[in-house]
Amino acid sequence: MTTPTFQDTVFALKKYWSDRGCIIQEPYDVEVGAGTMAPETFLRVLGPDPYRVAYVQPSRRPADGRYGENPNRLYKHQQLQVILKPSPADVIDQYLGSLTAIGIDLSKHDIKFEEDNWEAPTLGAWGIGWQVMLDGLEITQFTYFQQCGGFDLDLVPAELTYGLERLCAFLQNVDSVYDIEWAAGTKYSQVRFEEERQFSKYNFELADVQMLWQLFDLHEKECHRLLQTTDVVLPAYDQVLKCSHIFNLLDSRGAISVTERVGVIARVRRLALGVAKAWIAQTNPAPAEEALA
Amino acid sequence: MNLYPFLLEIGTEEIPDWMIVPALNQLQDDFQLLLDQHALGGKVKSADATPRRLVLRAEHMIERQVDTEELVSGPPKSAGPGAAAGFAKKLGATPDQLVTQTTPKGEYYFLTKRTQGQATAAILARELPNLILKIQWPKTMYWNGKGSERFIRPIRWLVTLLGDSEIPFEIGGVHSSNTTAGHRLLGKPSIMVTIGNFDEQLRTNGVILSAEKRREKIETEIAGLLSGKGLRVKPDPDLLHTLTYITEFPTAILGGFDSQYLELPSEVLITVMRHHQKYFSVEDTKGNLAPHFIAIMNTNADPDGLVRHGNERVLRARFNDARFFWQQDQKKKLEARLPDLKNVTFQAKVGSYFDKTQRMVHLVAQLGGNKNAQRAALLSKTDLTTDMVKEFTDLQGIVGGLYAKAQGEHEPVWRAIYDHYKPVSMEGEIPSTAEGRLLSLADKWDTLRSCFDVGLIPSGSRDPFALRRAAQGVVRIVVEGQVKFDFPGMGDDLREFMRDRIEYYFRDVRNFAYDEVRACMAAGRQDLLDLESRLKRVKAFRPTPDFEPIAASFKRIQNILKQANFEQTEGVRLPLLEPGPETDLYSEYTRTANQPLETRIASLRPKIDLFFDKVLVNAPDPAVRKNRLTLLNSILWDFSRIADFSEIVTER
Repeated sequence: MTTPTFQDTVFALKKYWSDRGCIIQEPYDVEVGAGTMAPETFLRVLGPDPYRVAYVQPSRRPADGRYGENPNRLYKHQQLQVILKPSPADVIDQYLGSLTAIGIDLSKHDIKFEEDNWEAPTLGAWGIGWQVMLDGLEITQFTYFQQCGGFDLDLVPAELTYGLERLCAFLQNVDSVYDIEWAAGTKYSQVRFEEERQFSKYNFELADVQMLWQLFDLHEKECHRLLQTTDVVLPAYDQVLKCSHIFNLLDSRGAISVTERVGVIARVRRLALGVAKAWIAQTNPAPAEEALA
Repeated sequence: MNLYPFLLEIGTEEIPDWMIVPALNQLQDDFQLLLDQHALGGKVKSADATPRRLVLRAEHMIERQVDTEELVSGPPKSAGPGAAAGFAKKLGATPDQLVTQTTPKGEYYFLTKRTQGQATAAILARELPNLILKIQWPKTMYWNGKGSERFIRPIRWLVTLLGDSEIPFEIGGVHSSNTTAGHRLLGKPSIMVTIGNFDEQLRTNGVILSAEKRREKIETEIAGLLSGKGLRVKPDPDLLHTLTYITEFPTAILGGFDSQYLELPSEVLITVMRHHQKYFSVEDTKGNLAPHFIAIMNTNADPDGLVRHGNERVLRARFNDARFFWQQDQKKKLEARLPDLKNVTFQAKVGSYFDKTQRMVHLVAQLGGNKNAQRAALLSKTDLTTDMVKEFTDLQGIVGGLYAKAQGEHEPVWRAIYDHYKPVSMEGEIPSTAEGRLLSLADKWDTLRSCFDVGLIPSGSRDPFALRRAAQGVVRIVVEGQVKFDFPGMGDDLREFMRDRIEYYFRDVRNFAYDEVRACMAAGRQDLLDLESRLKRVKAFRPTPDFEPIAASFKRIQNILKQANFEQTEGVRLPLLEPGPETDLYSEYTRTANQPLETRIASLRPKIDLFFDKVLVNAPDPAVRKNRLTLLNSILWDFSRIADFSEIVTER
């Protein structure tokens, strides 16, 4: 068997989860720091309706950029995100099956589930779970969501987040993510190196701090306006994502002092909680009133 | 009567290793309590666990509770047949079942009430769900939707057997049965078991149920991997415990790394291996770190070497990161990082690490610290701004010390920085140099003072800033490091807090008797070195025959003075002393004034006894009475500088 390319692995995982009833979504087109933040997770886990979805989400973390010089650290990495709501009783077996599906012979490897609870204060979200270790390498974050947007969840979703670069570097036995074969004959570096280099430079050196603060204020104001005077929730949530990404940029520019930091996080959080509340009210009027009471 | 064995298995998804043993202990205790409360006979025999199962065994259980009879007293016979009928009806009986008996109060109706014992299986089926769900975990979750049952991780199967029978109950849609599950990869997902073959069936399916056996397997295999290679494992009981409870079938493998990484400080390499990868470090016979590691798999073999290869690959990436951090961090000296500390919060209400550093430098100087100690204090927190510490937070202090050394700071300076988080535990060693002890002391004392100043005071089990540990560190450094320290700038709350920690230290760590600790502390605790020496004297003196009587006498003296509301205003007036026991006592008291406590008590004791025997303290003449009280008070006061003997628990 030939070694699967990056995209082979993505195809195999999408096929695997598609066969298990997941909608295969495309990446969300607003900058996010993690697959969790895409509305397909943040909003869909709320409320009593079952949902199954999988998608690749490019995830931007400006402060993690290394100008393309570090073999394992990236400003933007690709997560394959799976939401199974509610989580089936055999969810771990299904997960292990996905590893087999991408060519990992589990009888020749070591798998461990090590405690790792997930928490995202800006989203009012947390869950219980593990990091899944394959031969000492963390390949997946496995989380049973408990709360999102400040609400206890009606159904408990299982969230599986595969770190695709790590996983593929492992499968292809290369020491640098840039050496991953993305497609036959094309390396990861050919696809992404320049992006890493240029965005690292922008994020750390060039981004206009004053402009970013203005943008933050504008998006925040827009979010409040939408929540207070209109019935559109999804555009309001885009404003939250914008604020969150701008916050990350300001952080990588070193523009947020310790004292400011807590305050800015609280501002983003307030927006996220407002959106979650509005979404629940809109999609499930009755339970939302309960939650508000 | 037949007696039955019992087995309960709670099958779950992977439970965090550090929570397993406490949960198992609770399960055992609660189950024994259940057996006792319901008189089911039986004793808990064993409790075992892996990350995916908690298993409890009991033996000698009875099949059903014995029937009981109880004689219930009813109305007096004089109340008449109507009352008797009412009484019988209330207990579900008929009047003809009543008997009359004569009691001291007269003749009364009685009914023998028989209660049929319930089947053990029925009681367990009713009680076990609650018993399981009330296990306390540090953090629980729900998995069946809002408002459903909570546990540490989802419960996926339940095995409950009493003898050969299953005990049916249900938790969150999981029905108990006789079917367990094997190791995720080495075993079958569904295995019928009996109490007799349970361990064996698990073993066949890749699960070693006994933690002790898993631990032994790890240790034996490590020894086997290293034997004949001139290598030995760096002992690490905590890591061994973790790995024992993170695996169902542990197998050790030996991996290696390029010896070029040995250029990095061993502290860094060991931290990467231990904390990030859960590997044991390996050293050569001279104790130098060797370019190898031991990883523990949760499976039975690594036939193609893929697991070893994978772990080596991950470690290489980690070491490369560490080396990168090391090189990057050297580009900015520690001193140049001082202003950056303004952006590192120590505590929101207290301020930044920059502020803390300023206070520490001042405090070190105040405590008599030399130039080196002050320099160490100035640089001590700057490593918090390095990439290395941001990545490996456990290495704070150590990294600072190593960087200071690399940047040419004097040895007393870098050693002090290196050591200043010590002692890290009750048993951990204190800093090895005088400068290190002062710095560590100043750091901890500043933390305590500044947190208490803004009301961050530990209560009950809540101690988010680890102030108890800081206080314990202060006490240990002062006493064991022989540091002169008078608790500068201590408020009332902190004084109270420190008193508890000092008492705890001398009592539980140093094993002085609690009443000796109280007695000596009551005589002063501002100077811990003095307190320690007094404690040693009292402890040495305690087994001597004079000790208890004299302690009792002091108690008596204290009571007398208290009852008289006595306050000393002048010295003993010789002319008022009565010849005989009173004068004798006084002269012995003055004669021995310069002798140590121990010899003094031996010679004073008979005089005191005689005084109490022959002399009336409450003399009719107020001047004589006052003079006697003054004498007693003087004696008491002299000895109270050593200890308040009234705190000593005596047999009389």
